[in-house]
Amino acid sequence: MVLFSHSIGQSSITTVSVIEVKGLKKSYGAVHAVQGLDLTIEAGEIFALLGPNGAGKTTTVEILEGFRTRDAGSVTVLGFDPQSRGHAAREWRNRIGIVLQSAADAGDLTVIETINHFSGYYSNPRNVDEVITAVGLEEKADALIRNLSGGQRRRLDVALGIIGNPELLFLDEPTTGFDPEARRAFWALIQKLRGTGTTIVLTTHYLDEAEALADRVAVINNGKIIEISTPAELGGRATSKALVSWRDGENIRTEATDNPTSVVTRLAAQFGAEIPELTVTRPSLEDIYLTMIGGMHE
Amino acid sequence: MNKVPSALNLGIRRGGLEIKQFSRQRESVAFTLLFPVILLAIFGSVFKDTIAPGVTFSQYFVAGMIASGLVNTGFQSLAITIPMERDVGGLKRLRGTPMPASSYFIGKAIMIAASMIIQIALLFGFGLIFFGVQMPNEASKWITFTWLVLLGSTCSTALGIAFSIVPKSGRGASAVVSPIVIILQFFSGVFFVFTQLPSWMQQLAAIFPLKWLTQGMRSVFLPDSFAAQEVAKSWENGRTFLILMLWLAVGIFFSVRKFKWDRD
Repeated sequence: MVLFSHSIGQSSITTVSVIEVKGLKKSYGAVHAVQGLDLTIEAGEIFALLGPNGAGKTTTVEILEGFRTRDAGSVTVLGFDPQSRGHAAREWRNRIGIVLQSAADAGDLTVIETINHFSGYYSNPRNVDEVITAVGLEEKADALIRNLSGGQRRRLDVALGIIGNPELLFLDEPTTGFDPEARRAFWALIQKLRGTGTTIVLTTHYLDEAEALADRVAVINNGKIIEISTPAELGGRATSKALVSWRDGENIRTEATDNPTSVVTRLAAQFGAEIPELTVTRPSLEDIYLTMIGGMHE
Repeated sequence: MNKVPSALNLGIRRGGLEIKQFSRQRESVAFTLLFPVILLAIFGSVFKDTIAPGVTFSQYFVAGMIASGLVNTGFQSLAITIPMERDVGGLKRLRGTPMPASSYFIGKAIMIAASMIIQIALLFGFGLIFFGVQMPNEASKWITFTWLVLLGSTCSTALGIAFSIVPKSGRGASAVVSPIVIILQFFSGVFFVFTQLPSWMQQLAAIFPLKWLTQGMRSVFLPDSFAAQEVAKSWENGRTFLILMLWLAVGIFFSVRKFKWDRD
């Protein structure tokens, strides 16, 4: 296990695993939430965990974050067992950032007061003003937290997650409740963070979010990893047939093909002009994902 | 790489933040700080008699009000507000940072002590001006008063943090905590003269710190001649010190071992 040093950043060519999980198990009474999970996450990547509610996603992430203990298996995060306590655990927490699903505390403090206070917890914090700018809260810096909108609050959560200049950042469903514009802005922020070499573990319900951000995605179901792949290749997506569909008189016709270009060329010749209502699609990440988890909708 | 800040340093910073947060909750500030004064006004107006030569009920009551203020401000408020902080995810977020639990506890102790000092100042002011309450005029009594307030405030803080593990949610916390405090106040001689209570009540109260805090405060505010009217015919300040230390140890033990940062 090579310790990941932040100063090495992305320029390092050695493969250093930020997170290593082997044979992880966790049960709550008769419920086997995680049943033998293996996972390796490398430095500098954005890694998304996907899975339906109750799949073991949250339990896994909370074990990685040191919030829960495990029943079996081995876990190292930045070379440290998250289950450990004491001063070493503080040194470890000094190197990670966690953005939880929701925190609605400290309504009586302003944005800048809160971020400033949290920066005091860390040995090498980021500059407070820079973080406020990065999350786009400049105009709200002196506003009381109780007066922020849901989206602004979420950006504050992220600010508190990154103020300690973490090598590893956990993001738990970061854009739930965002409007599309705020979501795009948030994605841009996360991509900026990737640029600084921060490793990011993302859990999300939005497949388009995973596709836009993640270098690799893991699909968890029934406490196990079903597949780990890039968003483009998950579930054989890259090699699956394209669907060409068009209007033929009264009917919409669809043809599955490995060579969509030749189908379209053939149709163009056949119609001699515009092909009515032509579409060429490949299965979306969501189509693939839903097939993988057995069509289980949330 | 710099070192992570020390637990004490962060505790002091948290104390400042807690005071700032508290001071911005106006209703809560007014109620917490003025509650003992309001009680003194009510009881001082109702009971005009003396309970011993030269000892007015108001004089007796100030001792009880400061003691029960320590319990209300520390134990009661923390055992109710910490579950609320837990409900909204604030504690879990703190758990995810390098700030140690001890800093969080130190911050609470500082906030409670600051609040107590203001409450006592207000109570003295009103007591002096409107109810003829007499201040102790011996240095030794002020020394007793100082350690009683500091130890009582710390003990109450530790027990409040420890008891915050009992209520399942912030919403139900008040229903669990408030009756305990009110019953303790009646049993411990805050509202009534302790020696006039049934002896089973006195013995039960003697297990808990409030009775001892109240008795200690009587040793500060009542003439030494009154000590003869105590159950043990003396102030027993040495015993008070030991019992408060014991409860402080209990509070710290459960706070450190069992504190709950998360709802589940």
